Amino acid sequence: MVDLRLECETVRKILTGFIDNEVRKAGFERVVVGLSGGVDSALSAFLATEALGPQNVWAILMPYRTSSPESAAHAALVVNTLGIHSLTVDITPMVDAYFAGFPDADHVRRGNKMARERMTILFDHSARLGGLVLGTSNKTELLLGYGTLYGDMASAVNPLGDLYKTQVRQLARHVKVPTVIVEKQPSADLWAGQTDEAELGFTYEEVDKVLSLLVDQRCEVPDLIAEGFDEKFVRAVYHKVQASQYKRRLPVIAKVSSRTIDRDFRYPRDWGR
Amino acid sequence: MRRFRLAVAQIAPVLGDVEKNLALHEKVAREAISQSVNLLVFPELSLTGYFLKDQVTSVALAGEEPALAALRNLSQRVAMVVGFVEEAPGHRFHNAAAYLEGGEIRHIHRKVYLPTYGIFDEQRYLAAGGRVRAFDTALGRMAILICEDMWHPATVGIAAWDGAEILLCPSASPGRGLGQAEPFQNSSTWERVIRAYGDLFTCFVVYANRVGYEDGACFWGGSEVVGPTGASLAKARYLEEDLLVAAVDAGTLRRARIANPLLRDERLDLTLREVERILRGQAGEGPGG
Repeated sequence: MVDLRLECETVRKILTGFIDNEVRKAGFERVVVGLSGGVDSALSAFLATEALGPQNVWAILMPYRTSSPESAAHAALVVNTLGIHSLTVDITPMVDAYFAGFPDADHVRRGNKMARERMTILFDHSARLGGLVLGTSNKTELLLGYGTLYGDMASAVNPLGDLYKTQVRQLARHVKVPTVIVEKQPSADLWAGQTDEAELGFTYEEVDKVLSLLVDQRCEVPDLIAEGFDEKFVRAVYHKVQASQYKRRLPVIAKVSSRTIDRDFRYPRDWGR
Repeated sequence: MRRFRLAVAQIAPVLGDVEKNLALHEKVAREAISQSVNLLVFPELSLTGYFLKDQVTSVALAGEEPALAALRNLSQRVAMVVGFVEEAPGHRFHNAAAYLEGGEIRHIHRKVYLPTYGIFDEQRYLAAGGRVRAFDTALGRMAILICEDMWHPATVGIAAWDGAEILLCPSASPGRGLGQAEPFQNSSTWERVIRAYGDLFTCFVVYANRVGYEDGACFWGGSEVVGPTGASLAKARYLEEDLLVAAVDAGTLRRARIANPLLRDERLDLTLREVERILRGQAGEGPGG
């Protein structure tokens, strides 16, 4: 009933065409991408390199002192495999300087701060290099809200946002992202031993099926329960999608004028492009 | 109809820029003329791009607009179907396609079915057309149906019963549904539908789809010319610009209609009676009995 297999060669063509088209239409030819060492940013970098050429892709590596050395090694592997430009900016000094004033901050606050610190660096290099920030968020994390608003969710062009995590892995294998990156446990790498699946409480295989039925196939929660999915699990997923809706929209604007941005002032993003 | 060469201009129009798109149309028309093409079919909203939203009113043209003069002139050398936003009297804006021939506009079709679901929002911005008509040209009797019009088989029937030998379908179909289908789920459905129409209505079907990206949506191309037995006569590339050329001739049409005299046997009187009964029922409680 759920078949998330991709015709990878077609998707590759569509996504590289998308990057080329959207970047050039905006008047740019370069992109800047934050490489974490994980499969999402690796795949984004691979697709951008195919679309724009290695000379037009700038990878920024932004480790924190607790980041796993393996992540840095995997990011370097991507840079070397593709022959793209790279630059490392250690975010430890700025993040630690900030939390020196708030020593009680928990994991979530620290993780969000790191994600937003990285965002400011990416956008600064976007201005410095004249390149658009390339997004790396996939459909699974966008739907679950498993990302930091204005942090890793911020970008100008996102080629992966309509692919579930399990589909990102398929496509990554197809375009020959190194196996060690495709097969490792996904992690936000905010603290030692953290993995996405432990934190979320389910596997990507499981949640992608439920999301695909709810979103793409327009099933209702009772349809999934009737299909034999665990009710608690399905309701938890549905709740996450609903609770994170605000992250996928512009801030809500109080309507007072006769024509309000995004309500009745509606132009395509590609307006004039 | 006589034997002639037709072509589909599988282009990527620039969203909201009529001037650039006019230049693109002229360029493709000259290329078609150099290949001895007699009829050149552009995709839906080829002069404006598709996901216009609030730009609809800014890019609209009246039928006799000077902006179209260059294309009307070129139509003395190659007949053309071009897509545009038509501002009709009363400031109604239509998703329209014009048939240009011999320096004149021979026919304008205004899209009847405006999709307003999923990624589509046409009824918010556009007025629906109210006619489906076949029309005579120097090359034969034709009808234009724009994209979603084709998903309502009655409009195709009307065009065929009105004598159309060639069904022209400008389209702007964004690819949706990635899976095992090539390249999209909706593209394979389109292919089944147009081949079935060629077969069922024993007419040529010219499907002119566009390519390019708008706001991240990708138009899949794959334009096609289908013959009156449902056979695919020519097929454009997926996802890339193309100029698809095919020859069509009266002999193929005649033989198909002899082998399969479906139009001869059509019972329009019966259809009309039953449609009227259904309409009476809908005005009352539900499907008529």
